Amino acid sequence: MNKIQKRMDLFYIPALLFLILFVAYPLGNAFRVSLLKWNGYSTHKTFVGIQNYIRMVADPTFWVSFRNTCLYGFGSTLFQQILGLLLALFVNSKIKGRNLIRTIVYLPAMMSGLVMGYIQYFFFQYDKGVLNEIISWFGFAPVDWMGQGSRAVAIIIFVNVWQFTGLSMIIYLAGLQNVSAAYYEAAEIDGANSMQIFKYITLPSLYPSIVSSTMFNLIGGLKLFDVIQAMTGGGPGNASHSLSSYLTREYFGAEKAGYAGALGVFIFVFIMLVSYCINTAFRKGGERLS
Amino acid sequence: MDVNLREEPKAEGQSSEIRHKRNSKLISYWKVNWWKHLLQVALCGLYAIPFYVIIVMSFKPITDRSPRLSLPNTLYLENYIGVFQNGMGRAIFNTVIVTISVVLIEVVLGCMAAYPLARHKCKKNTIISNIFLGVMMIPGLSVLVGVYSLLAHIGGINTYWGLVMVCVGFGLPTSIFLYQNFISSIPKELDEAAYIDGAGTFRTFWNIILPQLKPVTVTVVILTGVGIWNEYMSSLYILQKSDMFTVTLKINSYFSAAKQDFGGAAAAAIVGMLPVIIMYLFLQKYFIKGAVDSAVKG
Repeated sequence: MNKIQKRMDLFYIPALLFLILFVAYPLGNAFRVSLLKWNGYSTHKTFVGIQNYIRMVADPTFWVSFRNTCLYGFGSTLFQQILGLLLALFVNSKIKGRNLIRTIVYLPAMMSGLVMGYIQYFFFQYDKGVLNEIISWFGFAPVDWMGQGSRAVAIIIFVNVWQFTGLSMIIYLAGLQNVSAAYYEAAEIDGANSMQIFKYITLPSLYPSIVSSTMFNLIGGLKLFDVIQAMTGGGPGNASHSLSSYLTREYFGAEKAGYAGALGVFIFVFIMLVSYCINTAFRKGGERLS
Repeated sequence: MDVNLREEPKAEGQSSEIRHKRNSKLISYWKVNWWKHLLQVALCGLYAIPFYVIIVMSFKPITDRSPRLSLPNTLYLENYIGVFQNGMGRAIFNTVIVTISVVLIEVVLGCMAAYPLARHKCKKNTIISNIFLGVMMIPGLSVLVGVYSLLAHIGGINTYWGLVMVCVGFGLPTSIFLYQNFISSIPKELDEAAYIDGAGTFRTFWNIILPQLKPVTVTVVILTGVGIWNEYMSSLYILQKSDMFTVTLKINSYFSAAKQDFGGAAAAAIVGMLPVIIMYLFLQKYFIKGAVDSAVKG
């Protein structure tokens, strides 16, 4: 058996090679590029050490994109958990037409973020945008919704929440349907009040759903790219850039491959750190619950 | 049916009584649930209106200045014709090739890699398994900066295989994760019996494990397929020649063009989304199962 199991291990070699060649090596390569002054395609490269990182700390646009990345990540995640859980409770209740709601709310999560960004662009656009059309019925003057930095960030969060709340809803719904009705009956017989039922039965059973839904939304939000490209392209000015969209602009638009590499390394370290911390927090929380 | 048959022979007075009961039941249902249905209507509006707007826009000529919420006067099809004259067919072809290749490679390599990770639990394999899981968190753009110069070096820019390799690299961990959970739930005795009968590692995998993987393979195919169809970021970096454009890049080119042809853009977006929407509506069960399986750890 032991020999067979050892031979089994050969089966993951191709997958491992793939990841080494197309994930691990490029990641190392990005780190190497981050130490260069290079335009991304010429053969002329100069080694500049950590100069790109020093420039990053002094770059105000970097800090704006970093703040926005946190807003897109943590902000969207918070709303998605609250709304996703409420929608799951709603769809889980005995109500006519709940399947329609489930279908339509989950639909955008299956679509390309780019296209969802564009269809919402038609909504918030200044000239002929649907929202301006609606407020004109009530006699208001058209508003340039995405013309102001903080409002553009808020709208991007809204679109991201709109798109992916359906995913949270589906995950929470699966969690709710896993709770056996017998638990609730037993608790009622024992005379537990609704607060106790929520705390001792619903919450612990939902815990795995909370963990995975939060991780999904958080990582998705911190990586957010498509929607920003579609809706504002990082504007007005640089006010709505995330680190991802800023990196792409620096790489292709400004041809600063070295600086883009430094941003890439920063995003990598930041997301790994956040997922490690959140994972640890969730594990500790799970231990306390059980 | 049964109920109706029994009700029919009853006297006038009784049947009106039943009707009255039913009516009052309906009234009390609405008294309790009216706000839920109001909420349903609001949600439908919130989610359907953006789709409605883009459909309406795609049927209006560029000269049409009517509000976006109003229906078109005539069924104007030029936008759709223009989209296909402008190379949408080619973009769909490109996307289909890339999607099929990525799905095939991820299914084959994914179930192979998952087999030892599910069956041979030792310290080394736990580490390998955690590495695969960790790759899921790595942001694509950090890797793309390095991938671009790697691909430029080995001639992978503007090729199908360049994009396919990168997409497989990002997507493989999810497929391994799904297969690993699924194989763990298959009774171990099955493959042990095969070994005792003298089957080798590969024979056992091929004859015992593989035939049972159908349900999880459906999940992997749907998740991967939809993900690649919608892929934008890697394609943006790797495919820069317009005849290599995938569907998302083609749609994007409409919006970034100087003459703002929003009708054409809307038509392009609809053509690009339609395959996924149709699949979603028919295979919704599997789409939902896929999301749940990939989220909740088994």
